[in-house]
Amino acid sequence: MRNIRAILRKELGTYFASPMAYIMAGVFLALTGVFFVNSVDQPFAEASVRGLLATSSFFLLTLVSPLLTMRLFAEEQKLGTLELLLTAPVRDYEVVVAKFLASFVMLASMALATLFYAALLAYYADPDLGPTFSAYVGFLLYGAATLAMGLLASTLSSNQIVAAVVGFGLILVFTLVDQVSNILSGTVARVLERLSLSAHFDAFNRGVIDTADIAYFLILMAVFLFLTIRSVESRRWR
Amino acid sequence: MSTQPMIEVDHLTKYYGDFPAISDVTFNVAKGEVLGFLGPNAAGKTTTMRVITGFLPPSQGTVRVAGYDVVADSLEVRRLVGYMPETVPLYTDMTVKDYLAFMGTIRGMSRKAIERRKSEVTEVCHLEQYYGSLIGKLSKGFRQRVGIAQAILHEPEVLVLDEPTIGIDPIQVVETRQLIKSLGGQHTVIVSTHILPEVSMICERVIIIHEGEIVTVDKPENLAARLEATEHINMEVRGPTAAVVNVLRSVPGVQDVSFSPQADLKARYALVGRRGEDLREALAKAVVEHGWGLVELAAVSMTLEQIFLRLTTAEEA
Ligand SMILES: Nc1ncnc2c1ncn2[C@@H]1O[C@H](COP(=O)(O)OP(=O)(O)OP(=O)(O)O)[C@@H](O)[C@H]1O
Ligand SMILES: [Mg+2]
Repeated sequence: MRNIRAILRKELGTYFASPMAYIMAGVFLALTGVFFVNSVDQPFAEASVRGLLATSSFFLLTLVSPLLTMRLFAEEQKLGTLELLLTAPVRDYEVVVAKFLASFVMLASMALATLFYAALLAYYADPDLGPTFSAYVGFLLYGAATLAMGLLASTLSSNQIVAAVVGFGLILVFTLVDQVSNILSGTVARVLERLSLSAHFDAFNRGVIDTADIAYFLILMAVFLFLTIRSVESRRWR
Repeated sequence: MSTQPMIEVDHLTKYYGDFPAISDVTFNVAKGEVLGFLGPNAAGKTTTMRVITGFLPPSQGTVRVAGYDVVADSLEVRRLVGYMPETVPLYTDMTVKDYLAFMGTIRGMSRKAIERRKSEVTEVCHLEQYYGSLIGKLSKGFRQRVGIAQAILHEPEVLVLDEPTIGIDPIQVVETRQLIKSLGGQHTVIVSTHILPEVSMICERVIIIHEGEIVTVDKPENLAARLEATEHINMEVRGPTAAVVNVLRSVPGVQDVSFSPQADLKARYALVGRRGEDLREALAKAVVEHGWGLVELAAVSMTLEQIFLRLTTAEEA
């Protein structure tokens, strides 16, 4: 626990010390702002953050998650600091969990900032708080799963760009599998559809919190965190 | 106190792919000993250290630290070891102060111990001036000192320092060597270097490694003696030993001859000659002229000589 906290604190410090985090947060807020205005500024618009969060999940998480995670292992491998981190009495899972939590805290802070739009809505209109809440829960779960994918990608290369691209590809595959399932049929199609990130997010966005959807995101996250731990461990067996 | 060695490296081989970076390396380090690891570039020093610290697993053989296996009891080993890798990897966006605190925490030190040791190592490594500075803004030499500071921060049982004096100025080099030397006794230290005089200054024992194999293990003063302007030649001759010794002695340039009898009227002769002269031709001629049988004639440890040549020239640079 102490190790996790120490590494988490160090990673957050690095995030906040780098201009990258601020640029990303800025772009994130600007884009979510545009999505928000788009979703509200139309005839018969509904007073909800649904449009905002749906669009940002699909487009932003696919981009933002790998950007947030690309540095976490790739840079340590490039600088060689991983050699010191892994020769300290720290368990591999502690390193992975701490780094994952750091990226999650960053993502959650960005999501928190978009509450500003929700607050605007609440001020000028009377949005339904239920779906707003469930959409945020879905967004965070969606984020957690994609961050875990990005983290795995980061262990695979010492080049941050490569890590980001691989992570992006991985997330894209999981976002778009249901598109593939459209051209297939039968069991395969149904399985692929159940695998899709976007399909599971839809329910949250409609205000439905289903344990199956929660489980899906959590399992996906756990699987990728597990793979990340194995990837870090693997250097000990090579 | 037990007599069990602190570090036991047993028939260690490490492959990178198909390439053996070190092959069949065996040595022990006693508790409190300062061991020098000397070898030219690509000898396998860093690779050996990475296995000892648990960063890379052995391909074959075993390594034990304080009785713990580096693979099976990795965590215990890592608790005991302080390590400064060759590249001195540091988090450039942290201050010296925060970095030391971080390293102390993940090595399991208590907050109080960290506070105390932080100021101690800062003083020992002369980092006071840069205590609050970002590591990324430090010069190479000062980063090196931060690297040493983090390695000794938790007062580890075993200290592994990969070329600790590279890149620091001469005055600091002297101080660093003294520091390492003073750590012996309390700590078991392995220092790698390719500077020959450095090991004589700080180490009680030296392992010379070349192309992944141990060439020799000795005390620095013995090494120096062996190096002194002499060259060694081994011969095996069939003939009356007393007469052979006399004849060999009479060859100009030969300083000393000793022999050990073998079966079949043969004997092995170990000759010491002046360095820089190739006596082999003259020796062969002398033996053959007397009608004795020359079974073998070889200059000893050419590789060692060559290694020394490289080591000594590297030091000048
Ligand atoms: N990660 C790696 N992958 C493949 N080969 C490697 C790797 N690391 C080292 N080697 C090879 O293993 C051999 C030994 O390297 P090592 O770094 O242990 O030498 P060294 O004695 O530390 O040399 P130096 O004095 O230059 O630091 C070299 O031939 C090197 O090319
Ligand atoms: Mg090296």
